[in-house]
Amino acid sequence: MELFTNQVLAGIATGAIYACMALAVVMIYQAIDHLNFAQGEMAMFSTFISWQLMQWGVPYWGAFLLTLVFSFIGGIAIERLLFKPLAKAPILTNVAGFIALFAIINSSAGLIWDFTIKQYPTPFGSAPFLGSQLISTHQAGMIGVTVLLLIALYVFFRYTRMGLAMRAAASVPESARLVGINTSWMIALGWGMAAAIGSIAGMLIAPVVFLEPNMMGGVLIYGFAAAVLGGLTSPFGAVIGGFLVGIFENLAGTYIPGVGNELKLPIALALIITVLVVKPAGLFGRPIVKRV
Amino acid sequence: MLARRKHLIAAVATGAIAFASTGGALAQKKYDSGASDTEIKIGNIMPYSGPASAYGVIGKTEAAYFNKINAEGGINGRKINFITYDDGYSPPKAVEQARKLVESDEVLVVFNPLGTPSNSAIEKYMNSKKVPQLFVATGATKWNEPKEFPWTMGWQPSYQSEARIYAKYLLKEKPDAKIAAFYQNDDFGKDYLKGLKDGLGAKAASMIIAEEGYETSEPSIDNHIVKLKASGADVFISITTPKFAAQAIKKLAEMNWTPLHIVSNVSASVGGVIKPAGFENAQGILSAAYAKDGADAQWNNDPGMKKFYEFLAKYDADANKLDGSVVYGYGAAQTMVKVLEMCGDNLTHENVMKQAASLKNFTPDTLLPGVTINTSATDFAPIKQLQMMRFKGEKWELFGDIITDDFTN
Amino acid sequence: MSAVQEAVTAAPAIEAVPKRAMTLGVGTSLIVLALLIVTPLFVKNFIIFQMTMLLVYGLAVLALNILTGGSGQFSLGQSAFYAVGAYTSAILMEHAGMNYALTLPVSGLVCFAFGFLFGLPALRLSGVYLALATFALATAMPQLLKLGYFETWTGGVQGLVVTKPDPPEAVQSLLAWAHLKMSQDMWLYYFTLIITIAIYIFSVNLLKSRSGRAFMAIRDNEIAASAMGIDVALYKTLAFGVSAAITGIAGGLGAIAVQFVAPDGYTITLAISLFLGMVVGGVGWLPGSIVGSAFIIFVPNIAEGISKGLSGAVFGVILFLVIFLVPHGARQVAMVAQHLLGNLKKR
Repeated sequence: MELFTNQVLAGIATGAIYACMALAVVMIYQAIDHLNFAQGEMAMFSTFISWQLMQWGVPYWGAFLLTLVFSFIGGIAIERLLFKPLAKAPILTNVAGFIALFAIINSSAGLIWDFTIKQYPTPFGSAPFLGSQLISTHQAGMIGVTVLLLIALYVFFRYTRMGLAMRAAASVPESARLVGINTSWMIALGWGMAAAIGSIAGMLIAPVVFLEPNMMGGVLIYGFAAAVLGGLTSPFGAVIGGFLVGIFENLAGTYIPGVGNELKLPIALALIITVLVVKPAGLFGRPIVKRV
Repeated sequence: MLARRKHLIAAVATGAIAFASTGGALAQKKYDSGASDTEIKIGNIMPYSGPASAYGVIGKTEAAYFNKINAEGGINGRKINFITYDDGYSPPKAVEQARKLVESDEVLVVFNPLGTPSNSAIEKYMNSKKVPQLFVATGATKWNEPKEFPWTMGWQPSYQSEARIYAKYLLKEKPDAKIAAFYQNDDFGKDYLKGLKDGLGAKAASMIIAEEGYETSEPSIDNHIVKLKASGADVFISITTPKFAAQAIKKLAEMNWTPLHIVSNVSASVGGVIKPAGFENAQGILSAAYAKDGADAQWNNDPGMKKFYEFLAKYDADANKLDGSVVYGYGAAQTMVKVLEMCGDNLTHENVMKQAASLKNFTPDTLLPGVTINTSATDFAPIKQLQMMRFKGEKWELFGDIITDDFTN
Repeated sequence: MSAVQEAVTAAPAIEAVPKRAMTLGVGTSLIVLALLIVTPLFVKNFIIFQMTMLLVYGLAVLALNILTGGSGQFSLGQSAFYAVGAYTSAILMEHAGMNYALTLPVSGLVCFAFGFLFGLPALRLSGVYLALATFALATAMPQLLKLGYFETWTGGVQGLVVTKPDPPEAVQSLLAWAHLKMSQDMWLYYFTLIITIAIYIFSVNLLKSRSGRAFMAIRDNEIAASAMGIDVALYKTLAFGVSAAITGIAGGLGAIAVQFVAPDGYTITLAISLFLGMVVGGVGWLPGSIVGSAFIIFVPNIAEGISKGLSGAVFGVILFLVIFLVPHGARQVAMVAQHLLGNLKKR
């Protein structure tokens, strides 16, 4: 029983990582109706920028805020320069664009900062949380920030005009344009916000996994999986999905004999696919109705 | 008078003939593809992209080292042309690059190709083409088989050797240990684990009470550590690559778990692993080494390391000297140069292999004092010695004797 | 409030290739074929090896074109089928001593079954969800191949070494008459070429047939297709099966050419490369498969030549340039060329 609780707690801790990333994934999906494969790399690059700022003497929160601003602008810039020209191209071509962006960012980060791991500070400290040796104060802080972000996003989408405009632009672009919404800039805004959220995710994840150019590769897959499980249209679902994936993965690894450990990721993904077969829009997503 | 002249002529003639026959190596020049009067082509395959790109810096260091040798006049007057290709740690790509090097670039030797999968993929090919696959950059135990694969030779101590040394240490110092083995689930981890079990012999089953494998795709390995702590072990053997070794050190400290912690040599780098993980978390960790650590101030006045630092300053200024891979690349490249020097003017594939198998007590600048390179026709394992060390303060303290792995398969 | 999607008026996610543009013209086809047949006689073995891999990956991209361009199912998991085909051939050759040529149909059948079975649960998924499911398959495959359970067959992490076949006795004696010798590489190339041509012709005919039309109807508008009486479930799983079978055969050929199979050779990177090959070649345009294949084999080498440290970035930049200039891939280039030729002819 103790092992069970331990693994669940540990799963929540790792799940926080996935939940963070899943929020960024949902954000971009809200904006462009597609998953951006380069999301993780953008987050990694932002985290490196903040690290570099701190190396140059900027204090933690200063670097944090500067990086947020930089990521927001960077996300918009990437969209305007690289993906707006592809707006009329087939969606698969856009996906190829995401992959190209991934390669460029990953390679550049490797060249600028090399591949040795770097320690990344946390504002929350690393002491055991509430005496528990399974969750450190940093991990608790990570969960806290994720929940805060979640609330902020929920309020944004539900109660602000901008949020409503963005949702409209993504789901019914023609009608949105008729009402005067600049759908093109809504997409850019979506990119910027996704980049900013991603950077927060990166800066929260780096203290746990150590900063290096390949740090987000594994996280991104889990982030996708969590977002899909929770429902791509629901930030709340994304966060819950993240925790569920973390917990399930740990339990699968502990209790499924023999293969459980080696097949953790495939089993987690298989679970998600099973959920999708039953509930195609994810646990908390809004069902998609196709009008014929 | 005439007789004396005859004697003189005879003496000179004999001397000349004697000279001509013994100095055969000097007088005759023999070249295979990749060698000429002015040039020696050395091929290399490294993962500059992909999951193992952290090791690409080894190729970069070697290129810089060969630049240095060229600037100092080359090897026996010949310049080195170092041709290195990226295989992205993918075996099919490695095969393509190996074929390119042998058939298109026509190199004399393929030096220090990296990665067990890549080397396994090209081993048969290299041996069938009779081109040396020399000083491969992997610690897998299979590179020491001169009978079956006479053209393939390793360099660093094999993983199994290292693991056996730890096993020996445990049997002696802590015979009632309860061991938790945390290993990377690939050729590296599994090879190591086998060495550990072989070294513990009959006691392996009773001493190793928990085994936990992880995949490199996992972002964080914390949950494995949770599981291992629950096993009640008092020895933690970390068969991990740098990123995961650091995560493990950190998590152990966070959980307040203080078993005897042994970490594999590939992750013993002060700058690459211990420092990011936190010096205070790493006190008392054991490992073993065969080379000096570039971050360790105790070698600042060591003549070999001084040459290394000078080399970095002049030829590889933006290299990270804290990275163990940089030290590794230097040592391997130096060994290659030594072999080529020994070949003299006989630069054939066969002679390169022969000289590589005739290294006696060769000491590159970067190996620990007492560790030497020795090879023979039946011994294709150049480095077989390691010394154990304990982490104290901010550096590794070597202790004990240089241990030679003398296990016979 | 549910998210409403207009299924009828919305543009299809994957656009159709006009029927008359589905293959190259007779003239162009013959020229390409002649080049493929004659070139190996004049180049070194290493280039022949690269050309063999060109054909192998071309087959895999072709399979993806049938699946995605033909039936509209997005797949990032082709590397899994490729791996199964490769390992089937390798295991049969090394453990069962089977002749290399016979292993290919077996690989094809095994992969067909595998693809068909995977297609069943995939029926309920589409778009990004299907992408995730296939992605999951691709990530699972190397793990499955490493499993200790299968190690005696697969060689586990260490993989299996595969023996390269010699040209058959008949061919050798025939050539000996003319005082010619054929290298293993050259024989394997021609063997691969014959299979590639056969599969290409089969695929073109498949897409032009009733089944092909069914695929394309499903791709363009699944609901309308089912309303017209097409058995959507059958055709979708069939598409997966056929695509997997062809990819499996490609995998088997690849294993023989490279002479080695290991889990690290069949990662998600391969699946992504095949996807990129399809996009660059022109989605759904079968002749483009070989252009796509050339892109994924040679452009990384070019990128490496330009800059070792930034090879990934250079590759990304080249890829961006390609998709900016020709968003529809090589098909667009061919159309433009055809147009120009047409104009020239008129003069």
